[in-house]
Amino acid sequence: MLQALEQYVLLIQYTLIFASVLMLVALGGCFSEHSGVINLGLEGIMVIGALGGALMMFYLQDKVSGFPMLLLTLLAAIVSGVAYSALLGLACINFKADQTIVGTALNLLGTAAATVIVKAVNVAKFGKPDDSLAYRVGRSAFTKSFTIGTTNFEFNWFMVIAVVMLVIAFIVLYKTKFGLRLMACGEHPQAAASVGVNVYKMRWSGVLISGAYGGLGGICYIMAGGGTWHFSYGVAGFGFLSLAVMIFGQWKPIRIALAALLFGFFRALSNVNGSIDLLASLNLPSTIYNMMPYIVSLVVLAFTSKKSRAPKAEGIPYDKGMR
Amino acid sequence: MKFFKNKAVQSLIASLVCIVLGVLIGYIVLLLINPDGAGKAMITLLKNFFYYPTAEMRREYFGSTLVKTAPLLMCSLSVLFAYKTGLFNIGAAGQYCIGVCACLYCALGLGWSWPLCLLAAVICGAFFGMLVGLLKSYCNVNEVISGIMLNWIALYITNSVLSTVKEPTSPYTYKLQGARGKAALLPRLGKINEFFNGNKYITIAVPIAIIIAVLVWVVLEKTKFGYELKATGFNKNAAKYCGMAEKRNAILTLVIAGALAGLGASFYYQSGIQQWECTATSVPGMGFNGIAATFLGGLNPIGTIFSSYFLQHITDGGTHIDTMKYSAQISDLISSVIIYLCGFVLFIKHVLNNMITKSEEKAAAQLKAAEEKPAATAADNVKGGEQ
Repeated sequence: MLQALEQYVLLIQYTLIFASVLMLVALGGCFSEHSGVINLGLEGIMVIGALGGALMMFYLQDKVSGFPMLLLTLLAAIVSGVAYSALLGLACINFKADQTIVGTALNLLGTAAATVIVKAVNVAKFGKPDDSLAYRVGRSAFTKSFTIGTTNFEFNWFMVIAVVMLVIAFIVLYKTKFGLRLMACGEHPQAAASVGVNVYKMRWSGVLISGAYGGLGGICYIMAGGGTWHFSYGVAGFGFLSLAVMIFGQWKPIRIALAALLFGFFRALSNVNGSIDLLASLNLPSTIYNMMPYIVSLVVLAFTSKKSRAPKAEGIPYDKGMR
Repeated sequence: MKFFKNKAVQSLIASLVCIVLGVLIGYIVLLLINPDGAGKAMITLLKNFFYYPTAEMRREYFGSTLVKTAPLLMCSLSVLFAYKTGLFNIGAAGQYCIGVCACLYCALGLGWSWPLCLLAAVICGAFFGMLVGLLKSYCNVNEVISGIMLNWIALYITNSVLSTVKEPTSPYTYKLQGARGKAALLPRLGKINEFFNGNKYITIAVPIAIIIAVLVWVVLEKTKFGYELKATGFNKNAAKYCGMAEKRNAILTLVIAGALAGLGASFYYQSGIQQWECTATSVPGMGFNGIAATFLGGLNPIGTIFSSYFLQHITDGGTHIDTMKYSAQISDLISSVIIYLCGFVLFIKHVLNNMITKSEEKAAAQLKAAEEKPAATAADNVKGGEQ
């Protein structure tokens, strides 16, 4: 009995870690959209956040270790994510650019810039243009292994961070003056402005917070993958899966967390389908499991988008003179 | 001044500003990576086929750039067509990918002839486009998110289907040659191939792509259907109120957009220039570069011919850069910066119009002042006369 259950340990581990990523990034999207800006650039923000964190680990791997390393890496990921999201804020809030174009540009730029930078770093350090960065040493700071029966459950600090960030998001959005004002700017910015709320400031806050969450999600994502990461791969559509999670979660933090668990489960299946007897006996090709998260999100979106609770003014540039 | 008021001229100026800034930012990035050689690398990137020493080789590689421009143009037309209806077809990359799957499988697995393979690619691309359209029209799913999801689904399908026709020792599909697949090669152009130093990859795809760009322009600008599509793009509710079938139009648009992207795949892979790598970890960049070409081309089908060529030119140029110092992705970086800057096109046009109005006002004021001056002096004279 115990042995039969042991094979699910890995499934749970991957579900939790992928759910953490999806939840962090979806919460980021949630902040941005509640302020009225659609953040389609989350994928790019994740890549840049991951790059910031990975570079920090790469350069400090012999000098710092343990808890300070963890903090520095997280800080680097957050700062890079915020800085990168400022590109979205500048274009969409101040210059009223098309949010879809700018978001798409940020996604493409994220992967391209990360590849160029990582190759340059590798050329400078090792003299060969490699698109992957090894940061194995830093990784031990993030994980702690427990043995359950014969299998290892790798506990990851990101799971705790994700829960903490969820609580913060909930409190900020619903229990503070700032959060309620932020959400007002996504519903009816002119009305918010009429009672003295600075809409530009609120939208900037929303975008920058989404950058912080996206950056965290990015570093969390690549850390789940092992000790190295190929930056030319990007983050395999996780930014967009997170948007699907956000829509399925109806822009509400608690529901987003539950949606993230569901999506995380389907994503985890593609990692462990071979080692679970029940699934192995179905004898499906592994391609099916790889496609699963994307197919599930399409189906879920098809059923939930109709009665969407999206912020009413999202995607519309704020114009002071409009009523 | 009238010259600058022209919308086409303004679009051209905006695009040129985007290109110059994009290249400049690329140059700055190169400088940051390694100051010596940055200028040389940038020139190599912009020179592309001029990199080669002899005129014959230059012509040959110019031909190769043209071969790759044809699919890029098709992807960019796909994005453009959907954008005119207010839809952002980021799924072009997946529609292109599934097109590759269809044409290569029909060629290598089934041994079909080229028109049938081409048709298969078009139909599969159109089908993926239709899925996005149906989800958008009937389930209100954001076309960007569904497009991205379908991109990944297309990639996994393509990898697993084409694995059945791949070389046993490599991750690549068989070459289109011999008994298997030779019939699927698009017809070549004879004399024109000779001009390009016998570059055998130049096929009817290149001229047809340009003809299709013109056709798209005609459909959008000169037909009732195109007018309806554009009206739906401007204001969906107004179009619905006028009795246009906005749901049907949205689906039809994406079907056509998907077909264009699928055709692009056939144009590229049926020239035999490239084999599909069955371990690919992301969809081909063609669809995403198509987005860049669309906006850089000023949302005009004829403009996209030139912007597609430019983007392919720098992408190919990027491969000649000294990879020990810099990475070829610098051209991806430049094209994504260009897309980002295209978000500012409205702003650039706004500034341009402001400048025009200001200078016109100034001219008008000067004219007025010039008219008033003699009158004023005349008045002074009268005054003087009175004294």
